[in-house]
Amino acid sequence: MLTHRIIPCLDVRDGRVVKGVRFSGLRDAGDPAERAAAYEAQGADELVMLDVSATPEGRATAVVTVEKIRAVLGIPLTVGGGVRRAENAGALLEAGADKVSVNTAAVENPALLSEIAERYGRQCAVLALDAARVPGSPDEAPRWEVVTQSGKHRTGLDAIVWVREAQARGAGEILLTSWDKDGTRSGYDTALLAAVSAAVHIPVIASGGAATAEHLALALRAGADAVLAASIFHDGDFTVAQVKNALVALGFKGRIRL
Amino acid sequence: MLPGVGAFGAAAAELSAKGLLDALRERATAGRPMMGICLGMQLLAEHSEESPGVRGIGVFPTAIQRFRDETVRIPQLGWNHIEPEPGCRLLRAGHVYFANSYRLARAPDGWHAARSTHGEPFVAALERGAVLLCQFHPELSGAFGRELLSRWLDASARAC
Repeated sequence: MLTHRIIPCLDVRDGRVVKGVRFSGLRDAGDPAERAAAYEAQGADELVMLDVSATPEGRATAVVTVEKIRAVLGIPLTVGGGVRRAENAGALLEAGADKVSVNTAAVENPALLSEIAERYGRQCAVLALDAARVPGSPDEAPRWEVVTQSGKHRTGLDAIVWVREAQARGAGEILLTSWDKDGTRSGYDTALLAAVSAAVHIPVIASGGAATAEHLALALRAGADAVLAASIFHDGDFTVAQVKNALVALGFKGRIRL
Repeated sequence: MLPGVGAFGAAAAELSAKGLLDALRERATAGRPMMGICLGMQLLAEHSEESPGVRGIGVFPTAIQRFRDETVRIPQLGWNHIEPEPGCRLLRAGHVYFANSYRLARAPDGWHAARSTHGEPFVAALERGAVLLCQFHPELSGAFGRELLSRWLDASARAC
């Protein structure tokens, strides 16, 4: 039986780890390779690196950053940010990524997912999805729409419709970020996680809003297969080991002996 | 070293085009140093449901099949526990990283297996002499994976 994965996320801009609230107001949080090695030693099950560089020059450094992380990392690495074409995915895999996530480009061109899955295997193709709640009356079932371009664009595309299509097109995993919760430290959007987990058979990674081990536990109970967090680890609130031990004490399956 | 990312059919066709199928079959059958990872393990089977009609290296007569249990996530992505049977010399019990939708259901005769469960039991790894076949990724399995690779290298050096 699979363990529940704990996945620290490195947001990288121009070769440095940054952290921010709702995709803006970024602050420096260290060297990517140093942080990656430290998280593996703490028991991280996997890492995600999202390139949030705003410029083409910054983007070009992402491949070099992946190579530097790979040189010190012995666990899986997913890389996303700025992947527009299958060739971009190929370059990141060649540099040492194990999986590549696509977000805005997949919404604009869903065939990109099939292309990556066919060329490199379904297990390499991760759909990253930012979902925002659609305002509605409290007695209606909640709905979410896909937002792209780092949250600037609300697409009107229903999140559940989109994850089903992405799975049919070849996505092997979903990295699901709640736009409403990201950076708020108020917990994951568990209703969103439950709805998406029930809609697909591929694994779902919860992202956006974590501040405590209890938040992670609620996301896993809602149906997530893995939980991603950034600031709680970067800020030193908890080590990965502390979070894992807390989850195991709550009855979740974790990889404790490395 | 037979790594493996991609599809059974494309990889088997490539090995066939390069004229490597016979050499790989002889090597694996003789127990000479060799490692297959993920698809690299599956390629030693005769066939795979992933690519019907395509012949693999054919060291074992069984076919690779997709996971049958529909209550679990497919692909299997993550860390699962493996349990080696008595007689395994390289494989130990512990957590390793998997990324697969297809698997070998039963160990072929003449091999020692480590098993795991993803909805149903499946073969996580096989070993015979200095041949080690892993459905999981030792290169992505942290310290546990590094130690396994090191034991395989030692066994391979002794077998040369």
